[in-house]
Amino acid sequence: MKGKEYGKGVLDGIPVALAYLAVSFTFGLSAANFGLSPLVATLISATNLTSAGQFAGINLIAVSASVVEIFFAVLIINARYLLMSLSLTQYLPEKTSVVKRLLMSFFVTDEIFAITNAKAEKLTFAYFMGVATLPYFAWAIGTLCGSLITSILPVTLQNAMNIALYCMFIAIILPPAKKSLPVAVCIGVAVGLSCLFYYTPYLKEISMGIRIIIVSVVTSAVLALIFPVDKKNQNKKEAN
Amino acid sequence: MNWNLLGSVLVMIVASYLPRFIPLVFCRKKVKSVFLRSFLFYMPYAVLAGLTFPAIFYATDNVIVSAIGTAVALILSFFRCNMALVAVICVALVFGLSYVL
Repeated sequence: MKGKEYGKGVLDGIPVALAYLAVSFTFGLSAANFGLSPLVATLISATNLTSAGQFAGINLIAVSASVVEIFFAVLIINARYLLMSLSLTQYLPEKTSVVKRLLMSFFVTDEIFAITNAKAEKLTFAYFMGVATLPYFAWAIGTLCGSLITSILPVTLQNAMNIALYCMFIAIILPPAKKSLPVAVCIGVAVGLSCLFYYTPYLKEISMGIRIIIVSVVTSAVLALIFPVDKKNQNKKEAN
Repeated sequence: MNWNLLGSVLVMIVASYLPRFIPLVFCRKKVKSVFLRSFLFYMPYAVLAGLTFPAIFYATDNVIVSAIGTAVALILSFFRCNMALVAVICVALVFGLSYVL
């Protein structure tokens, strides 16, 4: 039973792993361009397993930011995981042990969350770890390859690869938006708010991490008030 | 590896792990509030949408090329193209366009 759940998870994780190869490759390139060795870049990927937080972290390391500044910047960007982890606890069997929970938390990422959250009712430790397995190794291996290969790749290609992360995000959020009007509205509101913060004088001084938190909290709260999700509705959405 | 770098990497690890394990380990009760449940349902979409826009337009050094890449990513995703394929096709397209535009 457990092996079967794990195996199902591994299969569901394949698309995420492939996307991670591309995005972590970009991370490796950036890290190398910032002067980090392939060992350090791979170590960061293998221990952080987070996209936006890592990119911000190496940017700060490159400008010799203080350890305190790096800590808070990465913490704020990763604060969304608080909400994702909280969401996962709602579906996880209550008796799941602390050790299993500690292990699972390491692998909570936007993409792994998106895959496992869609399985809501059937979420188990074995399934979750199955989904996480291939993406984890892909993330580390992609980083290593990216940081080793930098000097060979033309700058224009390295530049083009920066778009990979965002394309992956679009591929995650668009299909559910097609099926659910509230999700589509949610994305529209978040994009609108984010642009407002990005382009408006004064507001644009706010750092990226804090902007993301304000945008996501305000958007989710507004949507929760306008389109509350009851149990029945949610099941219907997840059945798709 | 110098100590400063090691320190930076260590705080990144802590800052990545803290927000993930606190809720998973300490919140075991099911959330009863419909508002909070709905909030949690919408939040991932809001975060990813906010991270992506408008940042995607500045991901490459040519806004027009990025915008075309964005449009293609939207179209491919709309037709449920696999996320890895979306990423690779868009990178290839943006790479090609950077020589044309």
